[in-house]
Amino acid sequence: VTQPPGRYPVRTRILHWLTAVLIFSALFIGFVMVRSIGSYSSLVLVHMTLGLIILSVVVVRIANRFTHRVPKLPDTVGWVEHKLVVGSELTLYALILAQPLVGWAMVSASGSHAVIFGSLQLPRIAPFNADLYFVLRQTHLLVAFALVAVIAAHVSAVLWHTLTLRDGMLSRMGFAVGARSSGASVREVQETGGVSSADTHARGN
Amino acid sequence: MGRFSLPGGNPMLADTPDAARGLGLAFAFPDGTQWRTAMLNTAVFPDNSPQGFYDRLLASKPDKMTGKPDPAAMSAFEKAHPESAAAMALNKQHPPTLGFADSTYSGFITFYFVNGAGVRTPVRWAFVPMQEALAPHAGTTNSLFDALVRQLRKGPLQWRLVLTVGQPGDPVADATLPWPSDRRTVDAGVLTLTGIETERAGNARDINFDPQVLPDGIQPSDDPLLSARSAVYAASYRARTGEPKSASAVQVDEVAP
Repeated sequence: VTQPPGRYPVRTRILHWLTAVLIFSALFIGFVMVRSIGSYSSLVLVHMTLGLIILSVVVVRIANRFTHRVPKLPDTVGWVEHKLVVGSELTLYALILAQPLVGWAMVSASGSHAVIFGSLQLPRIAPFNADLYFVLRQTHLLVAFALVAVIAAHVSAVLWHTLTLRDGMLSRMGFAVGARSSGASVREVQETGGVSSADTHARGN
Repeated sequence: MGRFSLPGGNPMLADTPDAARGLGLAFAFPDGTQWRTAMLNTAVFPDNSPQGFYDRLLASKPDKMTGKPDPAAMSAFEKAHPESAAAMALNKQHPPTLGFADSTYSGFITFYFVNGAGVRTPVRWAFVPMQEALAPHAGTTNSLFDALVRQLRKGPLQWRLVLTVGQPGDPVADATLPWPSDRRTVDAGVLTLTGIETERAGNARDINFDPQVLPDGIQPSDDPLLSARSAVYAASYRARTGEPKSASAVQVDEVAP
């Protein structure tokens, strides 16, 4: 029997959407600033500040992740997809944790200090070494591309489940408004008891 | 740590006395903060905006046929950028000195010095030489660098750090405009260079002389060249840290006495 998917605790949902907004901003500013001349200096300062905030939030998230069980995935998720869900979650955590550290280390390897909130200097976390700088600089770009790819897959998968399979996937991380509308389709699935996703889809239309 | 430089993309070219001489300096303070500055031996900077700089580079691009810049392009540039025409004329009135050692290196760009009460004072800085320069050997490729190396082998070289304090109304975001010569100056210290090395890993070669690496108490102004320099220096630093390294054009050990 299909269970309506539960929700993550409120603190987890808040942390999730906070991370989403921060990462979107940091990636966007990062890609813009390396092409900009006049706004470069101010954007770099915002980018470094966002990076350190993301690092702090992701550390809290990792700790928080161990404080509760994860709400059950909808029955539309098979065992292969279940493995993919776990793998992509781990990958996202790893990338989000690595990216600010790589950026911070990269600035350190150039011999200067990362600066946050406009003037607060962070300690250097890597030795002054131009070769190391280049490796870290390229890594920072590769991780940024990887983040864009994994986030795109993450968002696509959730949208596929929520809009096409109508299994209420998004409501696990959602707040009241999103939960009510997707909750309706979940109840629909429940009434018929274990319908296939194709049936749900057809019924939804 | 510091770095003397001449402009252009080809380090193997012969030194010319008229080329702008650069001095980049990186100071490390005991509290871990740093101050980096890159200066030139001219009176003012030829451009007051990134666009002006870009247009001037295009206008001074050597023609494929003649190997020299197209005079028509340069005069069109000077019409479009009267501030650059005036700055270049002013720089012509200050002919270069004999060598690196007797050059005055100026920052041009205005910064704010901030005191404990948060009062911001516009300041420009320059390093003023305290010695004559040894004459370069005519006809040698690295005449200016070689003369500097010979002089530093004999003993330290010194410059006074002179801060010029701006007054209300002085331009704070235009590096083509000099400040009036009667502005108050402050002797803030003496720079002593004690040795010289060939570029190698870990010395000035690997420093990005980003003008926005500043200690507490010095803040950037709104001069549009500042952000542009940071942006371009960062791109250049990334490119040169990733490229294969070739032997430096100036080999300190090979300079004849």
